[in-house]
Amino acid sequence: MNCCNEKPVIELYSGEKLCKNHFTYYFQNKVFKTIRQFELLGKEENLGVALSGGKDSLTVLHLLIRLSQQNPKIKINAIAIDEGIKGYRDKTLEKAKEFCNQNNIKLNIFSYKEEFGLTLDEMLEILDIKPCSICGIFRRYLLNKKSKELKLTKLATGHNLDDECQSILMNQLKNSIEASARLGPKVGLIHDDKFVQRIKPLYLCTEKEVTTYAFVNGLLDEFNECPNVPQSFRAQVRDMLNSMEQKFPGTKYSIVNSFLQILPLLKQQFKGEALKVCLKCNEPSANDVCNTCVYLEKLKRKIEVR
Amino acid sequence: MINVSVFIDRESKNTTLGLENNSIVSDLLKKLSINPVTVIVSRNNELILEDEKLNDNDEIKVLSVISGG
Repeated sequence: MNCCNEKPVIELYSGEKLCKNHFTYYFQNKVFKTIRQFELLGKEENLGVALSGGKDSLTVLHLLIRLSQQNPKIKINAIAIDEGIKGYRDKTLEKAKEFCNQNNIKLNIFSYKEEFGLTLDEMLEILDIKPCSICGIFRRYLLNKKSKELKLTKLATGHNLDDECQSILMNQLKNSIEASARLGPKVGLIHDDKFVQRIKPLYLCTEKEVTTYAFVNGLLDEFNECPNVPQSFRAQVRDMLNSMEQKFPGTKYSIVNSFLQILPLLKQQFKGEALKVCLKCNEPSANDVCNTCVYLEKLKRKIEVR
Repeated sequence: MINVSVFIDRESKNTTLGLENNSIVSDLLKKLSINPVTVIVSRNNELILEDEKLNDNDEIKVLSVISGG
């Protein structure tokens, strides 16, 4: 069923076909409703947006700028991490800089090279490790540390329904249920000053909806994929989910909606004790020494014996 | 038969495909073995849906929705 006489740009899971204007309205409403439903924002925020320059983070920033224009007590800063992945991150960061310049948003860029002394590419030449594991640990560490330094009250990320679905399934497949307790539209198990809470305004938007929104609003740049992604476990889970979604439309919504029903129980189950801090860097950690410091030490030792 | 030229952004690949008359976008994706869940499709910079009829000499872009990183 078409929404009006205009040409449709998307067919929703419900079968409804929406034109550009009706889809834009639908998508923005969906995101703003998610923010209200899960109480992602307070009345006043110094909000950070984790910006990679890809379609998801540009879309979330695009929408939060609109929200900030309606409510000046929500202040927006962008924060980007340059991992040092040649031929990939340099390109997406250009797009991020261009967008922030055009929209008068302050973009704070922090790099692995400056913070840890090595780019991700250089680390992977030294350590025999899955790229996405080490990259994720260092990126989350820097985002949290720099968000605190910038006095951000929350950090919004571009994670969408597909990302969440993949994480839920990956944790099931790896028997890491405690990790699932940290998922959801608001990340984390407990409120703690050591953590800047991460929020996911695109939580209920599929990747196809986000890409369609980015396309019709001129946010979609040429396709650019991290060279490390195809070898990841996540990529295999993603392909499996897309295959299921094609055969059984609505699979991804079902997974996330059923997960949302058990999430409060998981959070209760794994609430545990207050967070520790790493003995080396004083950043939050589940153990005496955080994973970032463990990997930095491994890198240091490998470099010394070279 | 109709001929359509196709650009697949994820592979940075241009190709020309011959299709039956009255073919639609989903026929094209099937021929390319692309799961429609993973892409959006445009013609003349406008998005078109899976049931859209294709014409001879159409220039089609198949854009990946998969996050890059």
